[in-house]
Amino acid sequence: MRTARLGGLGVADLGFYILCAIAVVLLAIQAISSPADFLQILVFGLADGAIYALIALGYTMVYGIIELINFAHGDVFTLGAYVATTLIGFFAVSEDAFTTLNLVVLLLVFPAVMLIMGGINVTIERIAYRPLRNAPRLAPLITAIGMSFVLEGFMFLWHGPATVHVPNLLPHGPGFEGYLGFDCAVNSNNCVFIGFKDVFVLVAAAILVTLLALFINRSKLGKAMRATAQDRDASQLMGININRTIAATFFIGALLAGAGGMIWGLYFNTVSYNLGFRTGLIAFTSAVFGGIGNIPGAALGGMVIGLVAAFSDGYIGSKWTQVVIFGILIGVLVFRPTGLLGMRVPEK
Amino acid sequence: MALLEVTEINAHYGRIQALRNLSLKVDKGEIVALIGSNGAGKTTTLRTISGLMHPGQGTIKFDGHDITRTGPEKIVDLGICQSPEGRRLFARMTVMDNLMMGAYTRRDPAQIKVDVEHVFELFPRLKERRNQIAGTLSGGEQQMCAMGRALMAKPKLLMLDEPSLGLSPILCDTIFSIVGEINSAGTPVLLVEQNARRALEVAHRGYVIETGVIVQTGTGKELLESEEVQKAYLGM
Repeated sequence: MRTARLGGLGVADLGFYILCAIAVVLLAIQAISSPADFLQILVFGLADGAIYALIALGYTMVYGIIELINFAHGDVFTLGAYVATTLIGFFAVSEDAFTTLNLVVLLLVFPAVMLIMGGINVTIERIAYRPLRNAPRLAPLITAIGMSFVLEGFMFLWHGPATVHVPNLLPHGPGFEGYLGFDCAVNSNNCVFIGFKDVFVLVAAAILVTLLALFINRSKLGKAMRATAQDRDASQLMGININRTIAATFFIGALLAGAGGMIWGLYFNTVSYNLGFRTGLIAFTSAVFGGIGNIPGAALGGMVIGLVAAFSDGYIGSKWTQVVIFGILIGVLVFRPTGLLGMRVPEK
Repeated sequence: MALLEVTEINAHYGRIQALRNLSLKVDKGEIVALIGSNGAGKTTTLRTISGLMHPGQGTIKFDGHDITRTGPEKIVDLGICQSPEGRRLFARMTVMDNLMMGAYTRRDPAQIKVDVEHVFELFPRLKERRNQIAGTLSGGEQQMCAMGRALMAKPKLLMLDEPSLGLSPILCDTIFSIVGEINSAGTPVLLVEQNARRALEVAHRGYVIETGVIVQTGTGKELLESEEVQKAYLGM
């Protein structure tokens, strides 16, 4: 395939860089003219982005290892929020307050939700995808869409079509308030509020992503996962049990999605059965943006898409946000299918 | 009893029969060559022994175990390791990581370290390049890495699929002399080759395969002197 080249740089690449540069310049103008607004939007964007990153990691890991776009993954994320709500409901927590009980519940429910979602996702892989391991690639893809409907239908039956309230274990404050010495009480236009919740989301996501990176790069199973992603037959010849490795990938993807669902619930305090459809597509866009199959790429893509969504909400208008995000998806697929960090793999 | 005993196996790709009643054996200490042209069924034979595919009929026995229906990861554990056709390195991992993947089923870290050094002695080039990404190695270096990776499993039987493919004559010499060295150190080798002369020179025994059937067998020397082999594979 020939691409037009301009001084060693593809025209598509050039267009991509020009668009990025324009976006950065526009944002810089906004940042200078109204720094407090800019900072506030930045905080929202980072918090959303952290959640998108957690979901995108599951998409990218599963794609990396079996080249399946697991459309049910967004619903695994939502189910995580539902399971968290149910588990928290067993305790008499006090909403919007710091209590010891809240902290204990948080520390108990977090790992429980992650493990339950891991178990559910392994089961899904076992019954819905593994029998199709050697089928044409369209078959598991359609099955994944079907699985998505099954999960959404299950949540619909469980809690109905209305939104579900997730107990507010974490108060929004206390947090940092004010900007450059302005007193918020005096001039609220120049006010930034960074709440406890925002920090919680970022810290929780950072810890999970760091643990994942350590696991993938250092552990034996992590190496087996990378090997299986690169060459399945050769991995089998090394003695790697690929069924177990693929199941582990679904398990870990769901640990992160479950955590993401719980974090989403705690942050926004409301979920609905079809949340995973939109959020899943946005997270999938993040994974493609970072380079599908590339783990650091998914984390980076999630953060970038979160920021793009927040800036679009703030400066363009929230009704345009989906247009912007899915416009990016189309742009990436057309002009830079390998994504930000995706590599052109040398063919053997 | 032979170390590896393949008895009358059939293998199919869909409706196409790739192997017909194929039997072969490898004894301890031997180098056995399996020669034949493209598409004769050489790689299919190795894939079937490795458990990547299973025969429709027939049995495969290794070291006293029936491995006809055993999964590939268990077969590696039992002691068969293959360096596959086209090397199939993990292209985005370093040379060192590739070698360590070879030792995946082993649980003896101290001995693994000793064996890495041994592989580096056999292939000094790999030592120089141990932190290089495998996909950026030259063809010859990739072949060395693939063989080193297979050796890291400490196999009781080493299977090499086309180790000389695409290599310069000088590199071929190196690779075949290393195959001899590996064998003298006690590891039996099942060698699949299109380069029939080189393979038969180094092998104790050989099999000739044509369209999934073993058509001739004998010692390396006998096959080299056989008129049919000379005509079909040695260009004489």
